[in-house]
Amino acid sequence: MKAFTSVSPRSLPDAVTALSRARQQGQHAIIVGGGSDALALIKERLIAPDLVVRLTGIRQLDGIARDSNGLTIGGETTLAAMARHDELRRAYGVLAQAAESVATPQIRNAGTLAGNLAQRPWCWYYRNGFTCFKNGGNTCYSAAGENQFNAIFGGGPSFIVHPSDTAPALVALDATFRIVGPKGERTVPAAQFFTLPTVNPARENALEDDEVLTSIHVPAAKAGMRSLYHKVMDREAWTHAIVSAAAVLRMDGNVCRDARIVLGGVAPIPWRLTEVEKLLVGQTMNDALIDRAAAASTTGARPLRNNAYKVPLVQAVVGRALTDLRA
Amino acid sequence: MSPTISRRRFLEGTGAAVVATTIAGPSGAQGTADITGTPPHAPGARTTRISLTVNGTARQIEVEHRWTLAETLRDHLHLTGTKIGCDRGECGACTVLVDDTPMYACSQLAIWMDGRHITTVEGLSANGQLDPLQQAFIDHDAPQCGFCTSGQLMSAKALLAANPAPTIDEVRAAMTGNVCRCSNYAHYTEAVLAASRQTDRRRV
Repeated sequence: MKAFTSVSPRSLPDAVTALSRARQQGQHAIIVGGGSDALALIKERLIAPDLVVRLTGIRQLDGIARDSNGLTIGGETTLAAMARHDELRRAYGVLAQAAESVATPQIRNAGTLAGNLAQRPWCWYYRNGFTCFKNGGNTCYSAAGENQFNAIFGGGPSFIVHPSDTAPALVALDATFRIVGPKGERTVPAAQFFTLPTVNPARENALEDDEVLTSIHVPAAKAGMRSLYHKVMDREAWTHAIVSAAAVLRMDGNVCRDARIVLGGVAPIPWRLTEVEKLLVGQTMNDALIDRAAAASTTGARPLRNNAYKVPLVQAVVGRALTDLRA
Repeated sequence: MSPTISRRRFLEGTGAAVVATTIAGPSGAQGTADITGTPPHAPGARTTRISLTVNGTARQIEVEHRWTLAETLRDHLHLTGTKIGCDRGECGACTVLVDDTPMYACSQLAIWMDGRHITTVEGLSANGQLDPLQQAFIDHDAPQCGFCTSGQLMSAKALLAANPAPTIDEVRAAMTGNVCRCSNYAHYTEAVLAASRQTDRRRV
């Protein structure tokens, strides 16, 4: 690795100051949580930072706090801590399951929620140093290349899939992201945090270079809310989703009062199935409705040469998620 | 192999002889190189002195900021039981315990470990006695080539500390992050169960 300086500020203002100062001095500064993704990028020479600002030493960013409006999860809370948190497991199953499905115990022990949400894509062209959109180039090699793991929704000009498991869960839960930078604080709905390649093909979200994703707020669980996360991988463990579904339903007996279905692994952002949700709301959950919802889940899909297999897989995962939630 | 000469020491000795010959040349007029000492820091690299506890012993070391925990343990603290397989957080050979929690030592910087307690595979045995897990690994032929074994041991150690009687599925889940290219997973799982207090074989 190229030599760099690593600092571990003790407070959020110190972190923001360090990032701003580095930027003013023309240095390349990066933010690091657990470190797994950042060190991989540095070792592969995809980035060459002068300054590494590590956030996990900032106490106020670590932990899960309850208030009358829901839960606030600090951005530096580890995925392992989320997966074992009683209230998350009980009331927000989709998020606890998503956190637990990430990578391996070693990575979940180090990896943070903010880091999971802001990780860079794992498209093999990007990770192997091709000068694609993500590496400062002006093309996407997967479009006409080895695209079996790439997007079937929302692609173009980049066809990456968003790799985070917690991202679709948080969009499905209507979470809000708190972001702090040199100009102050702003909050962004989860669905607006993630940005399509048409906005900027080099990036995956609305964070500026000197901004910190400090915490995520999930609203209080409503009565009758049920949720789950289904993740399909090309092996049983230790990889990203080729298709996943975060499903949150509010049920009144057998009648669905509200629905959020968000897919992972199929688009450059967590992919919300608004039409499927409309089809479910107000209806009695039965096999026929679930079949219609599953069939509708791939309306508008545009598979590439090698990833049409994801189309029936999405239908199966959505069908399975709804069937399990009905039970 | 003689117990007094390890493979590592043999290779280091051979390497030193080659280096000495090369540097000294036929005249032998020049000095020999010390290749076993701590390498100097790279010119211009930022360094910081950190304090950490490794296998119960307090250590202080001046680390370059870019040094990973894995290379610091191996190259500078000479604890070579921790292996570097992929060096990118994928294989698990470098797994160590950081404050009793398994992590990939290749994916942590040494400077981040200031004040932390690190346990490596060298810390498992005590007073010349193998840890029961190590003995179970031997008894069940868990290692084949052995390269992933120290990482497997550390994940298993953390599992049994938290859950002394795991089911087979819990063992598999806890060891997901340790890849074995010999694919000896079944023996690793058996060995961990044997070392655990899991006595209900129906759950196995």
